[in-house]
Amino acid sequence: MIVPASPVRAGPAGRPRPAGMPGRPRDAAPMKIDPIHQFNIEPLFTLGHIGNHTIAFTNSSLYMLIAVAIISILMLASGSQLVPGRLQSVAEISYEFVASTIRSTAGAEGMKFFPLIFSLFMFICVSNLVGIIPYTFTVSSHLIVTAGLALLVFFTVLIYGVAKNGVKFFKIFVPHGVPGYVLPLVMFIEVLSFFLRPVSHSIRLFANMLAGHIALKVFAGFVAMLGFSLGAIGWVGGVLPLALTIALYALEILVAFLQAYVFAILTCIYLNDAIHPGH
Amino acid sequence: MAESHGGAKGPAAGAHTEADGGHHSGGFPPFESSTFASQLVSLAIFFVLLYVIVSKLALPKVGGAIEARQNKIEGDLAEAQKLKDQSEAALKAYEGELASARSRAQAIGNESRDKANAQTDAERKALEAQLAAKLAEAEKTIASTRTAAMSNVRGIAADAAGQIVQQLTGVIPDAASVNAAVDASLKG
Repeated sequence: MIVPASPVRAGPAGRPRPAGMPGRPRDAAPMKIDPIHQFNIEPLFTLGHIGNHTIAFTNSSLYMLIAVAIISILMLASGSQLVPGRLQSVAEISYEFVASTIRSTAGAEGMKFFPLIFSLFMFICVSNLVGIIPYTFTVSSHLIVTAGLALLVFFTVLIYGVAKNGVKFFKIFVPHGVPGYVLPLVMFIEVLSFFLRPVSHSIRLFANMLAGHIALKVFAGFVAMLGFSLGAIGWVGGVLPLALTIALYALEILVAFLQAYVFAILTCIYLNDAIHPGH
Repeated sequence: MAESHGGAKGPAAGAHTEADGGHHSGGFPPFESSTFASQLVSLAIFFVLLYVIVSKLALPKVGGAIEARQNKIEGDLAEAQKLKDQSEAALKAYEGELASARSRAQAIGNESRDKANAQTDAERKALEAQLAAKLAEAEKTIASTRTAAMSNVRGIAADAAGQIVQQLTGVIPDAASVNAAVDASLKG
């Protein structure tokens, strides 16, 4: 997110700071850029304890709830007219988009996983897009969240693949037409890449969102820093980083959608292995 | 960020950490393991919630709307095709009807002409027969009149012959011989 120069701010995500949480000092060096602050997890209230862990409803939880609410409103409150309105068109385009992605990558059988892939795509897409709004929090900028989703996909593939195909599922580790003497090496690489899938799957999304938000914050911070430290000349000079910020912002909107799409299409490709092993 | 909390990694952050129950020890937030449990639990809750909403409500609804539209379009197209077929059939039926009506009209025309001709013929024949009858009657009348006239002529001739003989000879001739002479002359 971008935070323009505002020496006085309510809270880390534009919300009033919950009672009992001390404010941060506001008297330090005025124009220090802290691009990491936007990723802070702020507990709003405690839900309970599991072992030693405190389970809190955090700002991250709030934004997950917002994403779920937006998706629900989009999909459920948009009517079922024969001639769709705007909201219904968006809902239907999302539906058709995900459905055609699944059909083209995992075939008609992949439609079994339509609810899962649709949920993943919409959840990531909506939370990413909400996260670009200044002062908001981006759920997918935390590795634990993307890892949770990637592991969900990984275990879905593994369990469904074994349950449906039995031992034949492991044919995905044995590519066709590989000479016998390199087969062990190829199998080793295949197995390794299979188990590294959740890693790359989660880090791709996490790193894209994190890096994008940090870059935005840094460039936006330059504008304020130049202005506050150099006065009028600084404000004029700030036009350049401002233009860059705007360009980056547009790029980040694209990335927000694209990463959700990439996550969904990789899920489809992985599920295709479970549905059709040996391809 | 423009917010000024340069000392955030310092003592103030420490106080914050205590208040938050262990969060924000000054490290990189995405790698702070103390927040993982909270995030995973909320992710599980909200993703399951989303999955349930999507699979039970949202996708059936939107998919149903799309399918209903598809069915409606296909139904309308089928209906249009049916109506087109119907109109073509109606056109064909109309043309057939027209052709049969035309042929029937021709047949009726021929029939009525034939009938009229026959009637005319019959009337003509009747008239001719009537005329022929009248002609025959007239001829009969003429013949009888002639016969009568011829018999009168014999009487006149006999009278005239008797008178002539009387005048010439002064003798009244015998009526029987006059008649015989007249008959002979008439036959001759």
